[in-house]
Amino acid sequence: MAQETTYYKPEDLKKFGNIGEFEPDLAKKFFDYYGAVFADGALSAKEKSLIALAVAHVVQCPYCIDAYTTDTLEKGATEEQMWEAIHVGAAIRSGSTLVHSVQALNKVKELGV
Amino acid sequence: MKSLLARGSELASSKEQLKILTEVSEKLALPSFSDKLKEAGLYPLRPTGVDILQLNVGKLCNQTCKHCHVDAGPDRRETMSKETMQECLVALATPGVTTLDITGGAPEMNPNFRWLVEEASKLRKKIMIRCNLTILLAGEKYRDLPEFFAEHKVEVVSSLPFFQKRRTDAQRGEGVFDRSIEALKKLNSLGYGIPDSGLVLNLVYNPVGAFLAGGQSTLENDFKKELKQAYDVQFNSLFAITNMPISRFLESLLENGNIDAYLEKLVTAFNPVAATGVMCRNTLSVGWDGSLYDCDFNQMLDMKLEGKVSKISEFNKSILDSREILLHQHCYGCTAGAGSSCAGSIT
Ligand code: SF4
Ligand code: SF4
Repeated sequence: MAQETTYYKPEDLKKFGNIGEFEPDLAKKFFDYYGAVFADGALSAKEKSLIALAVAHVVQCPYCIDAYTTDTLEKGATEEQMWEAIHVGAAIRSGSTLVHSVQALNKVKELGV
Repeated sequence: MKSLLARGSELASSKEQLKILTEVSEKLALPSFSDKLKEAGLYPLRPTGVDILQLNVGKLCNQTCKHCHVDAGPDRRETMSKETMQECLVALATPGVTTLDITGGAPEMNPNFRWLVEEASKLRKKIMIRCNLTILLAGEKYRDLPEFFAEHKVEVVSSLPFFQKRRTDAQRGEGVFDRSIEALKKLNSLGYGIPDSGLVLNLVYNPVGAFLAGGQSTLENDFKKELKQAYDVQFNSLFAITNMPISRFLESLLENGNIDAYLEKLVTAFNPVAATGVMCRNTLSVGWDGSLYDCDFNQMLDMKLEGKVSKISEFNKSILDSREILLHQHCYGCTAGAGSSCAGSIT
């Protein structure tokens, strides 16, 4: 019920592939790139999935949170690994908020306070 | 937890399970598995030959795992008789049949289990046992089983859903993880799972929830590293297996509302390459009463072989080799992603 009253609908995630309906060439480029990014490389696909889980939380995308919670579980991640990744995202987000306060500090000084 | 049968659940009926799979597929407009195989040019599905004879020697088990496709448990009484085992041994002796794969329930609880292994070992065929590990600690009667397995060079295949206690116990019951580790240590001490010992110990991983198993080799590396570091336990290979949407796993999918998404996921992940290697193509499954099936899943769904050869007493390799495999929507479980068989990923 609740899902019908929110903007985000879980079943819309399945329609992600349809974004190419009006711009197929760019969509194809994106999906090829996306696939290449998440393939095993210098980082394993599992490590990349944990990074994606963290970023999904930082950008607060419900679709990505669903997708990468499942994906990390499928890749055998433990709950400890998943939540440590989420905390890394949270730490960067709070850190990046706080580091901007240097700008506020500069401005305070500039204003002669 | 009791079995579905002991609880009088509607899901204890194979007809009811098939009906649910059909209804969900129709509701979601999912293609039939047969149609999907037709598209891939693989229909009708035929065996490559009966190489492996898989005996389900009974549904009695010391555990009642949440995902059990057999609906096994301490309350089940179906047991293969010695006479039926004798008939299986005659079939096993047939040239071309290379392997005996013994499963259950906990097959060790069948009173004639040791006799079966001894007789099969005289035939010099490969013998595999699907051992749930905790049975090895279930009392005096079973304590020397590891030595018995080693004596007959039996390959041990054991389920361990995860390398951590929480998920394993959630699926297989409180305390199962700790007892499994103790059993694995015992097997290791005899040489099982140790490289070049000649004694093979493989583990089976299956997801503790409504998701698929990811890459088998990554999981195997993780399991090896974690089990060695934390418990000094070793094993040979990890088989990653998909949970079949039948029996008690179907019950949990219905309870937690994941049935639609899970079936859809299996269908979306259909892999024609995996479909060419499904285990029914080289395995024949025998039920506790001697009835024949294409696989253990078809057995649990009561999809018996019909025609001239429907009992193990009528075993005829050439007729069986040319049979048509019976299929239903659960077969998507074998062909999703990298595929799933008794020996793990197919591709
Ligand atoms: S999954 Fe295996 S160990 Fe668990 S109840 Fe079923 S037969 Fe027994
Ligand atoms: S469920 Fe059985 S019959 Fe169906 S594809 Fe899998 S092994 Fe074959």
